[in-house]
Amino acid sequence: MSILEESVASLHTKLKNQEVTVAELVKASFARIREVDTDVKAFLTLNEDRALEQAEKLDKQIQNGGEVPFLFGMPAGIKDNIITEDLRTTCASQLLANFDPVHNATVMDKLGEAETVTIGKLNMDEFAMGSSTENSGVQETRNPWNTEYVPGGSSGGSAASVAAGEVLFSLGSDTGGSIRQPASYCGVVGLKPTYGRVSRYGLVAFASSLDQIGPLTRSVEDNAYVLQQIAGHSENDSTSADVQVPDYLEALGKDVKGLKIGVPSEYIGEGVDEGVKQRVLEALKVLEEQGAVWEEVSLPHSKYAVAAYYLIASSEASANLARFDGVRYGVRDENAKDLVEMYKETRSKGFGEEVKRRIMLGTFALSAGYYDAYYKKAQQVRTLIRRDFEKVFADYDVIVGPTAPTTAFKLGEQLDDPLTMYANDILTIPVNLAGIPAISVPCGFSDNLPVGLQIIAKPFAEETIYTVAHAFEQATEHHKARPEL
Amino acid sequence: MAHISKEDVEHVAHLARLSVSDEDVEKLTEELDAIIGFAEQLDELDTTDVEPTSHVLDIHNVLREDTIQPSLDREEALKNAPDQKDGLVKVPSVLE
Repeated sequence: MSILEESVASLHTKLKNQEVTVAELVKASFARIREVDTDVKAFLTLNEDRALEQAEKLDKQIQNGGEVPFLFGMPAGIKDNIITEDLRTTCASQLLANFDPVHNATVMDKLGEAETVTIGKLNMDEFAMGSSTENSGVQETRNPWNTEYVPGGSSGGSAASVAAGEVLFSLGSDTGGSIRQPASYCGVVGLKPTYGRVSRYGLVAFASSLDQIGPLTRSVEDNAYVLQQIAGHSENDSTSADVQVPDYLEALGKDVKGLKIGVPSEYIGEGVDEGVKQRVLEALKVLEEQGAVWEEVSLPHSKYAVAAYYLIASSEASANLARFDGVRYGVRDENAKDLVEMYKETRSKGFGEEVKRRIMLGTFALSAGYYDAYYKKAQQVRTLIRRDFEKVFADYDVIVGPTAPTTAFKLGEQLDDPLTMYANDILTIPVNLAGIPAISVPCGFSDNLPVGLQIIAKPFAEETIYTVAHAFEQATEHHKARPEL
Repeated sequence: MAHISKEDVEHVAHLARLSVSDEDVEKLTEELDAIIGFAEQLDELDTTDVEPTSHVLDIHNVLREDTIQPSLDREEALKNAPDQKDGLVKVPSVLE
């Protein structure tokens, strides 16, 4: 068994007691990558020389009796839309194939304070637009449980690298399900925090009112350690909330006796695979045995969430991606005769099909004469979706259901039809529109592929999520399953 | 009913600064029409007097003291620019 199979807490103790070195952890990570990443293809860029150099420095610090915070020396993978100083950051786009950021995202500075070790940058759907990582402009990542299947997306590399044991944890981003859905498909734990819980500064923006950075890990406890480190207000992101960060580790181990769970009928009804539904009902039984109670509730506007989401997210994306014009960074088309042609050729050659499709949709929805009919209407529906959640949360502590209606699908299977692909996110999108937190935790298998249980809570109630997720995880063996690679 | 014409697609492509071939226009017209058609299910909902949500947090203008802060120096800021001259970003001619 690789040393990277151990938990953050266990490795932390071993590092402090000098039973293991940071260099051993970092070398184990690169050894595992060499062993399996030709199949999994999770990494776009490796940071090997600097990681080994840092490991040596950290080991000296430990030997000299220096401080060893949690996460110190832990090998991490970072989604390639989070900027890393002097480490190539491409968003899996040909347009940014040569981009080396001159500063760090806030989350990277925060991980830096704890001296985590960045192993490399992880594959994703280009600019985070997609649900399978097949829209990467560089490579297709494979699901470690069956390499003929997609890992989900857009944080496919983040989920696959953790599932494959290449890193101890990773960071992803979630705009409509991009952390939770791949976590579900790859059988790992993935949290989308409350909008504003984690600074977005240095996250290449897709849809600014929906994007959040969050951790992917193999256990709920590891997840809490990572969120603890990255959460909090930063003055570089005025939408990061000035709300105190609680001690998330304290939430673990609390019991769920008397906890009220709402299960939306829309989340276990039509369109949800029977195998997925069965695993979720079994999970509810586990929580019931621990004293929680569950009842069916309704989120009546759920079915409109995908349509509202694609209008809102694409509109915001069309504005955010205007900055990729070949002037200040990126791969410029050199043959253009004038400025406008340079913009057009740079963007048309640099962006992939799905990105262009969404820019077109968003530009259309915001254009003169259509704004009220599409963009404003979608924002009004967003209000109705938020109210659905508020009503349920007046009576229930958490909402539980599947993370995705199915398990992972085969590579290439859904590429031809954008609307089918969009439906993968039907159970995760409402959460982003409402700005609330949710986690996906492994809850078993259907047809030999992992199923994820989604736990949703009120704004800034990540503690409640961790309490419930941990209680479920500790009562089951699902999180101990590992793919054979 | 068609929601989007080829002319719409050409116009929107120009607004978005994307060059599109005739083939692209054909394909995008079909795809965007399907997506917009799908989105029109929102019309089933009565949203009279419903406030739009542009943002979930109750924050408005966030102000800070207007003081000088460290920033990138010119060399760093230009590090990723595809073309530059005399400390400035260089682009193709704007006018003929």
